[in-house]
Amino acid sequence: MTQNRPWTPYLLILPSVAFLALLFIVPLVQTLWLAVSSDGSPSLDNMQRMVADINFTNSLRNTFLLTLAVVPVQIAIALAMGTMVSKVGTGRETILWIWTIPLGISDLAAGLVWLSILQNTGYFNTILFSLGLIERQTGWLSYQTPVALFFAIAVAEIWRGTAIVMVIIVAGLNQVPKEFKEAAEIFGAGPWTRFRKITLPLIRPALQSALILRTVLAFEVFAVVYALGGRNFPVLVGEAYNWQNQNQNYGVAAAYAVLIMIISLSATLIYLKALKVDPERLP
Amino acid sequence: MANIVIDRVRKSFGAFQALKEVSLTINDGEFVSLLGPSGCGKTTLLRIIAGLETASRGDIRIGDKSVIGLAPKDRGLAMVFQNYAVFPHMTVYENVAFGLRRQKADETRVKAQVAKAAGLLHIEQYLDRYPNKLSGGQRQRVAVARALAVEPKVLLMDEPLSNLDALLRLEMRTELKTVLQSAGTTTIYVTHDQTEAMGLSDRIAVMHGGIVEQVGSPVDVYNHPATRFVGGFIGNPPMNFIKVPVSNGKVVVGADHLPVPREAGAEVVLGLRGEAVELSSLPQGLEMKVRVAEPMGSHLLLTGSIHDQPVRVILPASETVKNGDTIGLKLDSQRITWLSPESGKSYSAEMA
Amino acid sequence: MNEQTLTQNSASGAPRSPASFASSSRWLLWSGIIMLCAWVLVPIYLVALGALGGRQGVYQWPKSFLPTGISLEPFILFLTTEGVVHSFFNSLGAAGITVALSILLGAPAGYALARYNFWGKDSYRLLVLLTRAFPLAILALPLTVSFIRLGLYDTVLGVGLIHTVLALPFAALVTQGIFLGVPKELEEAAWVFGCTRLQAFFKVVAPLALPGLVATAVFAFVISWNEVFAASVLTVRNRTLTAYLLTVLSESPMHYRFAGGLLLILPSVVFIFAVRRYLFAIWGISSK
Repeated sequence: MTQNRPWTPYLLILPSVAFLALLFIVPLVQTLWLAVSSDGSPSLDNMQRMVADINFTNSLRNTFLLTLAVVPVQIAIALAMGTMVSKVGTGRETILWIWTIPLGISDLAAGLVWLSILQNTGYFNTILFSLGLIERQTGWLSYQTPVALFFAIAVAEIWRGTAIVMVIIVAGLNQVPKEFKEAAEIFGAGPWTRFRKITLPLIRPALQSALILRTVLAFEVFAVVYALGGRNFPVLVGEAYNWQNQNQNYGVAAAYAVLIMIISLSATLIYLKALKVDPERLP
Repeated sequence: MANIVIDRVRKSFGAFQALKEVSLTINDGEFVSLLGPSGCGKTTLLRIIAGLETASRGDIRIGDKSVIGLAPKDRGLAMVFQNYAVFPHMTVYENVAFGLRRQKADETRVKAQVAKAAGLLHIEQYLDRYPNKLSGGQRQRVAVARALAVEPKVLLMDEPLSNLDALLRLEMRTELKTVLQSAGTTTIYVTHDQTEAMGLSDRIAVMHGGIVEQVGSPVDVYNHPATRFVGGFIGNPPMNFIKVPVSNGKVVVGADHLPVPREAGAEVVLGLRGEAVELSSLPQGLEMKVRVAEPMGSHLLLTGSIHDQPVRVILPASETVKNGDTIGLKLDSQRITWLSPESGKSYSAEMA
Repeated sequence: MNEQTLTQNSASGAPRSPASFASSSRWLLWSGIIMLCAWVLVPIYLVALGALGGRQGVYQWPKSFLPTGISLEPFILFLTTEGVVHSFFNSLGAAGITVALSILLGAPAGYALARYNFWGKDSYRLLVLLTRAFPLAILALPLTVSFIRLGLYDTVLGVGLIHTVLALPFAALVTQGIFLGVPKELEEAAWVFGCTRLQAFFKVVAPLALPGLVATAVFAFVISWNEVFAASVLTVRNRTLTAYLLTVLSESPMHYRFAGGLLLILPSVVFIFAVRRYLFAIWGISSK
């Protein structure tokens, strides 16, 4: 029947292709062109202005450090969650629901949530105060405390972004047949060996897509930072936003956008290469 | 009611030829099985008849009208699918009524037809239930009832019993036979299970590698296989094939000299059903070396060799033969099939 | 007898180990689970306290962890602040457009991917996957210019369009999985029993795929509802809630910020609850 009307599938994908062409491919090309042109002719002016900007090095370093700090912790917590919940019978549904709540929370909201905890008269200081660790209200989110601010942002990001990794990993774990683990157990593998030799290799595809997704999102970090630290902690997307909205300089904003794209794409490629998934070695 | 003519139908998927050139005529009211191993093209052929697949070449006529290019719904047929394909979001009643309602039948007729089909298949008490509350066997009944309710010109069945367990399969087989006999619908039944095909069919078309190897009544196909493949595929144990030398147009079998067809060369393949033998003595009988003797209760199954070629034969349970014995066999000369060693075809089939 | 005990033991998850060890590892497991649940829930509880505590609550020191001195009043006050309701409805509008477009455009593509083999299928899948490797919201930057030209700048429709770019690839991949989950035989049975392709789709495929499609729609909604960057770049007056909060963030008092945070969280939490059964199936599919 496929041969009867070979154009049917094309008719079905056409609207989405047209849409993505108009609103994904075109702006993508526009961004690239905007970044490497000036007044309609090729030039590296925007790139140079970006690199020369006072916040450039900081924002680049901050974004990278944040990604490096956040993504591994998220993966680790998600794996712990997945392993724990696989041992639970009743209550599993409820636990999973609670753990997935942050999935629906925006990065802006997450920033605001942690602001309520970490602000000067917040709950974090209350705890430290009652433990006698501090004597008065202490600021954690100002430009004078960059390390504390970094950790605050990292915690908020971990809090919000772990859910999606967990969901992907649990979905992956659900597809691993129980027999494999049981077989390994019968042949004398301990829990740690089972996890490393059986579980991890089998959820490799899930891990790969979780890593790609989270890393790309981590390089896009913006609203959490803005909500917690305002402009005290420059990150790449924040800089793009400022150049666009405050400075009305679309060229430099585009240069930032291209830089973020290059980093995201490279990260994706590295993950694809490093965690090569061989379909023949999966069940 | 209608006859079906399958006229030189071919089908290829890319470079793979699923059907090489199949012609077959099914008479009005006849029950024909397409029997063969998986990948032989039987399901493809059925799907082409249904309109779910398009033939690369050839013609299909139902009731003398070509249905090439017609959508499945316009072919006047009904189908029972391998996985039942009972709609899970509809009650059993709605499932059985589905085809009728598509035909815009008025509700009194729908009601009457559903009641009739449900009665035939004994599912009246489930009509208000949803299929996921039913067992596999019950779903199968719903699928058959849905097909019969529309009183189709042609009924197509694609391995309808293969997902049932052995006991249920036997029960449904018997029931299908009763139900379909009373309906008198032209039926094409795809199966890889020879006992189903033998038990249900008026005629069997044995398929292999995209061609029809033989069409005939179950007894005919069993006793006079047209090819080595058919003999080997049908029957349990499969037909034995023993290559024997020919001298002066005869083959020496123990004390007997059996005449072979005139076309035979220096050697001929003797096709022998396992049960077409009697125990005799040596040297009057054909010598068989028994490797394993298995008493099966109803009969005695012997595995061994004749002329150094592997064979399996069946003797009455009362005979006593032990592992390692050498015995003599008397062949029922009426039930021997002579085949060409080169083409693998039987001489009688080559002539026809 | 021996075998019996062995299997029973391994069923309870602690083979050949004394009962005390089993119960202590059980205890460890549950305290871990409860800690992680608290890690998720407590911050939400605290921001709710902040949102409902008003001005006094914010400056109270040291803080009480108990819900004392809270009322809905500060939250209602926040809601009646100029721009909040407007931006709330803008967010709803943009999310509605995103849901409609990503299902209308994505579901047919998902159906094609699930049911047909066609030349270019792999390239299409690649295009869809490619969008995932890009920080899509960034694409709002060059769109500013064309949106101004087209009159889409600073409109809810414009925001909905760019959010659809985010949600559409997701919708296509997820609906592919959903349609693959509807057995092809059911559709074929519908054809054989008198349906055209379109009738078969609406009578058989659509009802069976509906829960999954609803879940996809909810996800599209959440994606749009939560997006900050593109919405902020593409709007000035017709802000979505996220964009509004982002721009007024620095000049609003703390309890307003917390109220805004709570307002952002509430619908998402409800939606995630609504689709919790599909979360794992969906991500299992779309992460392939």
